[in-house]
Amino acid sequence: MRKRHTPKDRLITVALHVALAAGLFFAAFPIYWMLSSSFKSNTEIFALPPTILPKAFTLEAYAAILGDPVKLRFFFNSYFVAGAVTVLTVLIALLAAYGFSRFNFRGKGSLNTIIISTQTIPPITLLIPFFGLVVSYGIFDTYVALILTYLVFTLPYAILLMTGYLNTLPRDLDEAVAVDGGTSWTALWRVIVPISLPGIVATSVYTFLLCWNEFLFALTLTKSTSMRTVPIGIQLLMGQHAFEWNQMMAMSVLGSLPLLLIYLVAQRYFLAGMTAGSVK
Amino acid sequence: MTRQKRSHHKLKRAVAPYLYLSPSLLIIGLLMLLPMVTVIGYSFQNSAVLRRDPSFAGLKHYQAIFDDPVFWASLWHTLYFTCMSVIFHMTIGMAFALMLNSDRINPTLRNILRVLYILPWLFTAVIIAVIWRLLLEPNGVVNSILMQIGIIGSKVEWFSSPETALHAVTFANIWAGYPLFMVSLLAGLQGIPKDFYEAADIDGAKAYQKLIFITIPQLMPIIISISLLDFIWTMQVFPLIWITTGGGPIYSTEVLSTYTYKLAFSSYNLSQASASAVVILLISLGLTLFYIRYQKAR
Repeated sequence: MRKRHTPKDRLITVALHVALAAGLFFAAFPIYWMLSSSFKSNTEIFALPPTILPKAFTLEAYAAILGDPVKLRFFFNSYFVAGAVTVLTVLIALLAAYGFSRFNFRGKGSLNTIIISTQTIPPITLLIPFFGLVVSYGIFDTYVALILTYLVFTLPYAILLMTGYLNTLPRDLDEAVAVDGGTSWTALWRVIVPISLPGIVATSVYTFLLCWNEFLFALTLTKSTSMRTVPIGIQLLMGQHAFEWNQMMAMSVLGSLPLLLIYLVAQRYFLAGMTAGSVK
Repeated sequence: MTRQKRSHHKLKRAVAPYLYLSPSLLIIGLLMLLPMVTVIGYSFQNSAVLRRDPSFAGLKHYQAIFDDPVFWASLWHTLYFTCMSVIFHMTIGMAFALMLNSDRINPTLRNILRVLYILPWLFTAVIIAVIWRLLLEPNGVVNSILMQIGIIGSKVEWFSSPETALHAVTFANIWAGYPLFMVSLLAGLQGIPKDFYEAADIDGAKAYQKLIFITIPQLMPIIISISLLDFIWTMQVFPLIWITTGGGPIYSTEVLSTYTYKLAFSSYNLSQASASAVVILLISLGLTLFYIRYQKAR
């Protein structure tokens, strides 16, 4: 049993809470600053001394972003590409995971190793050949180019994540279908998919995040403003109006909303997805 | 079942997994493995991508890279950036995980703090870069606070002076990346059997002894595998540096990824960029083999 309420013990508890508060400041202050700056006028952002709460609360930065069709297009592009890649990835990964989880076949072990190792291939290495391919197939500056390239990066994790999930489902379920004369295909769609929803959600969340955050390929494989995604949009905004910090912060807040919402609504799946690479 | 039917069924079972895997294999093969071979090919060609019939260049482009002092500077910056990031991600992640796991804090507070400590993880690299640019502006809030406390005498241009830029981007990356460690270690801490600590209590072990002899050894597998992954991923960081400093001022934050990108898309020297990309690939592959071996041995 631990002795409590001795002076030394109380001191440790107080010290711990001080450390927790310092940690909170470190973790959350930059985000608080983004949020509060997005509600300030541009002159107030650099007021001395800095104002912790916006003195003159204003939505002008948000109005400027949401009233500009060019910027709305960035958001549309990001949602569209991330959504399309998520649907494709989940479908393709589900099939592969089913193959991995329910069958034994030659080369299974080495295929699994290849898929694990593709997680660590540097994007910059693939960027140059992709650029060559995309230009020679005439799909430079199109959605197709982005969707295809993102698929390559989302698929390996998604397969591992889905396989891990399917392995937790008892095999008797699909064997029952086989006894009734059904094929593995019917077992997949009738039995496995309906009970795999948690795995599918985790995979979708992970895939969506990865696409939403992607920068390097969106920067290189698109060119016209109407094809740009949110991360590139923020960079463009910085180039055009280098000192419109309130607009940049408002756009950052809007660009973070999907991830924040997913995190708040589906924390468990979010964490499952984000740590996917580190658990085999 | 007749024998014919049974063998037909068997054949189906044998072919089925390949059918299920075929879309994935097609995509990974055509869009990942083939491009890797392609980029290696490019690195041995003159005017790769730009010309239809490039001539063979031998090791010329590798030679050019190894003769380039900026390449070596980038390699050094990458190492510094990566090592510091991984060390601090681990330390901060561990500290936060241990604090949150302590039975001295109220469970509600614990849950709230857990959510808040994860926050930096929810933001895209580009947004993190923009936030830190605002914070570290010469007229920004960090300088203002540091001057009030008296730590610095005059405004520091964190991202635009060669002495501080590398430290500043590293700091921003440390802030952005510790939650992966925190979340994994927190899960690991909850998996350590309680009786280990009870036995240690009976033996009269002090808190730091329990940390060194029970907690850290138990968490070692997680620490090693997350460190390896973090090392591989941090080595490849591009947007954070691209947006904050762009590799400057005077190459002081140039890392392998920005160096390669500039070679390819600012100088359009795609052959030399390919050689540089292959070097990055080889480093990553070496680390990956190490990681896979470790995972298998576990």
